[in-house]
Amino acid sequence: MNSLNFFNNLGYAWPETIITLFLAILVIYNLVYPQARRALGIISLLGIALALGFTIQQMWTQFPTDPSWLSGFTRMLIPDKIGIFFKVIILIATAYVVLFTEFSEELRGTFDRAGEYYALIFGMLLGMMFMISANNFILLYVSLELVSYSSYVLAGFMKTSERSSEASMKYIIYGGVASGIMLFGISLMFGMTGTFYYFDISRLLMMININSVLFLISGIMIFTGIGYKISSVPFHFWTPDVYEGAPTTITAYLSVASKAAGFAALIHLVRNCFVGAVATDGYWVMLSHFYWKELLVYLAILTMTVGNLTALWQDNLKRMLAYSSIAHAGYLLAAMSVLSNQGLIAMVVYFSVYLLMNLGAFFIVILIQNKTGSENIDDYNGLGTRMPFLGACLGIFLVSLTGLPPTAGFIGKLYLFLALVDAKMIILAIIALLNSVISLYYYIRVLRHMYLTKGNNESPITPSFGSVLIALSLAVPVLLFGIYFTPLIEWAKTVVLR
Amino acid sequence: MEQNLILLYTLFAPLVGAMLLLFLPKEKEGLIRAFGIGVSLITFFLSLAAWSMFDASKAEFQLQQQFLWLSRYNISFHIGADGLSMIMVLLTTFLTTLTLWTSWSGIAKKVKEFTFFMLILEVGMLGVFVSVDLFLFYVFWEAMLIPMYFIIGIWGGEQRIYASIKFFIYTMAGSLLMLVAIIWLFMYAYNDVHMYTSNINDLYKIGPKIPFEIQKWLFLAFTISFAIKVPLFPFHTWLPDAHVQAPTAGSVILAGVLLKMGTYGLLRFSIPLFPQSAHYFAPAISTLAVIGIIYGALVAMVQTDMKKLVAYSSVAHLGFVVLGIFALTPESVQGAIIQMVNHGLSTGALFILVGAIYERTHTREIDAYGGIAPIVPVYSTLLLIVSLSSIGLPGLNGFIGEFLILIGAFKSPVLNNWMFSIVAASGVIFAAVYLLWMYQRVVFGPVKNEGLRALKDVTAREFTIVALLLVFIVWIGVYPATFMKITEASTAKLIKETLTTLSIRY
Repeated sequence: MNSLNFFNNLGYAWPETIITLFLAILVIYNLVYPQARRALGIISLLGIALALGFTIQQMWTQFPTDPSWLSGFTRMLIPDKIGIFFKVIILIATAYVVLFTEFSEELRGTFDRAGEYYALIFGMLLGMMFMISANNFILLYVSLELVSYSSYVLAGFMKTSERSSEASMKYIIYGGVASGIMLFGISLMFGMTGTFYYFDISRLLMMININSVLFLISGIMIFTGIGYKISSVPFHFWTPDVYEGAPTTITAYLSVASKAAGFAALIHLVRNCFVGAVATDGYWVMLSHFYWKELLVYLAILTMTVGNLTALWQDNLKRMLAYSSIAHAGYLLAAMSVLSNQGLIAMVVYFSVYLLMNLGAFFIVILIQNKTGSENIDDYNGLGTRMPFLGACLGIFLVSLTGLPPTAGFIGKLYLFLALVDAKMIILAIIALLNSVISLYYYIRVLRHMYLTKGNNESPITPSFGSVLIALSLAVPVLLFGIYFTPLIEWAKTVVLR
Repeated sequence: MEQNLILLYTLFAPLVGAMLLLFLPKEKEGLIRAFGIGVSLITFFLSLAAWSMFDASKAEFQLQQQFLWLSRYNISFHIGADGLSMIMVLLTTFLTTLTLWTSWSGIAKKVKEFTFFMLILEVGMLGVFVSVDLFLFYVFWEAMLIPMYFIIGIWGGEQRIYASIKFFIYTMAGSLLMLVAIIWLFMYAYNDVHMYTSNINDLYKIGPKIPFEIQKWLFLAFTISFAIKVPLFPFHTWLPDAHVQAPTAGSVILAGVLLKMGTYGLLRFSIPLFPQSAHYFAPAISTLAVIGIIYGALVAMVQTDMKKLVAYSSVAHLGFVVLGIFALTPESVQGAIIQMVNHGLSTGALFILVGAIYERTHTREIDAYGGIAPIVPVYSTLLLIVSLSSIGLPGLNGFIGEFLILIGAFKSPVLNNWMFSIVAASGVIFAAVYLLWMYQRVVFGPVKNEGLRALKDVTAREFTIVALLLVFIVWIGVYPATFMKITEASTAKLIKETLTTLSIRY
């Protein structure tokens, strides 16, 4: 590859380039002005805004989606529209997490290391961006590792907290095993096909019918790495401990951004390797003998059921939200298992909504933690009267997570059910629905503690103006998209239907 | 299609009111109460205006208003009213006004939140009754859950948390079942006519064509969801808890309107959408209804708590309504609808009176009372008339509904068995037993408790509220035509279309 080619290819990776640049700026700035913490946040936001602009601009750039030799970095990187959607989700999530950091009391002790914190977030962001557009197993693996390493350190960022260090340790062990298995799977895949490129594998599968157990095993091994990122059962064991121990800002980040990257990688893997064609009714014609449908259906059922049933017993709110995020991964897997454009639209809608409501819920948890120093559900007693505005916001987010109208969560669920019923997957739809009923119990339990139980302390808590603004910026869309959701759906359609 | 804004105004008046309410200062409780009553009163007048524009001789939806909501799936915000919707809208706006007025003394804490939730609840209830689009219906149906959860959970009795969660989970389980059925029906309609439609009028034409094997399941999904709300035996166990724990205002709304949404759903969706299945299951459901009538009455008889007694009497009364609906004759369905209104008025009044005395003595145990007739004569008289109306004394409202239901069920070609009527009729006798027995133990006999001598009679406000309800109780009892006329045309259409599909001659 000559240098000219490299610069021509840069068009495929402008957002990533910007992020790398700002990562460097953050590190250098922190070296020069070690005390200027707030400036680092502003620089981060600036970088995110720029990257967001370039990402959105890519929407209008035509990239070849066929396996042409000339595409980005010799086809390692393909920024298609669905990828752009997930990048936007991740960038927005990052911006919110940077904002949340300003309000986090628990991170106060680490302010002297703020430079590391922001640099690591950018490292993770960079990894996720590459992971999304990866069309090559090596790039997928490397970017996944970049995400993982940054998040290991971030999860244990509060060095003095035992819980945080424990979380980091557990995360590393699980992550190490999962990515090892994935790498082994990739090597098997390479052994069988002789290539790391998704499109080459797809072309190979079109010509010959690989029908060996080994192929199946290597596919499952590769899925392990992704399954661990999206915390699908049975690769979810790290989730509750890490979510509970990590700083809440990072928990929020992991629950939205890292999950989005994992799902984007899964979508690309399935769509670019295993889909032969898209039928006129939107269903995918699958190649070869890899049982994606069966695998995804069973994993979806397991994931949502285990997530919801375990969430019922949690008294720690962060832990409860961790299990709830496992359950939501299950719903998303269910939408994925339809293996059609409708299913993908459902995923896009669900993820847009999930971003808002999950970040919102975590933000209020952070604010409450600041005041009470606890995430225990018993300490939420009477909070509804002590802080009416934030209480109402948390109520909206939790109702939306349950999937009740008139909130955006209902639209997400509705589209999921529409896709499932359309594909005649009634049993899965009914299981998803029973799961929603179960989830109602634990979400509503929080409201019960906040509004129906009397607390020991009656003194009102007034939120700061900034936090009110941020909470509103998440709560208003949740309500708005619950009532007027056409723009959301239209966007999802443009994203999926290329 | 002619467009008319009046229903839209009626629907959104409480919502606008609730939003404005947020700006009122929390401390000025009197102002907030008055504001809430004012808003509900305006809504009531708007619904009266809608009634005046409503042409009762037509059976189809009127006063329609439609906006496209989700273009890809052709789902629209489409509201309208036929006779059945109209009468339920009037009942809702009337009872909400009275309820807010009742709670003037009953609700002592968090008045602003209470008024807010009541107004939001009213929007949900009205929305359920005027939705012409299946998805819109579902949105309102679910949106109502949360305000009701809080009304029971915050202002309820000691066991309120348990009761509110039970209420929520029961209803939610039912309604999600319905959601899958709705989506299935929607997709079936698409495959059938190659056009997305969730308009009820279109679905009425598609539903009867669904193969019976599938239709059966859809019918069950819808009907179980409604049966939980009604509540039909054996889905009734949430009701006594919710009723007993809810504040008086909550009980009145619960009994008066929320339970009616179940029976409304049966009439609006279960029967016309799936007539074959309705016919197939009618004997089974009617059997459950009759069991409910007898069971509710027997359990009510042994209650020691007045409110619980009234709650179980609801199970019995709603059993009559369900029997009338599934008998599918013009008399029985008309009777069922008028009985829905009756139950709202009579049971509402009973709850208000039980609540009034509870506020004074803080006990609802029947044994704690006795001999209060000379101490509170006006109260005793009101309680007597309301009890008699609930029993079904001729000349008062309850008689009309039960009588029509029993005749209709007796000669129903769908049920084709007069045993239903005979057994149900015995329920009327049981009703007389439990209510009059309670009345006797509370009002007559020696004064059991010296503390009762200081009991104050009804206040002017309580008297006016119950008197307003009594006006309609007597009105329906003496001249029901005013109200029956509203629903006559739409009932006739429902029966005719259903029986034609089933090729049953009547």
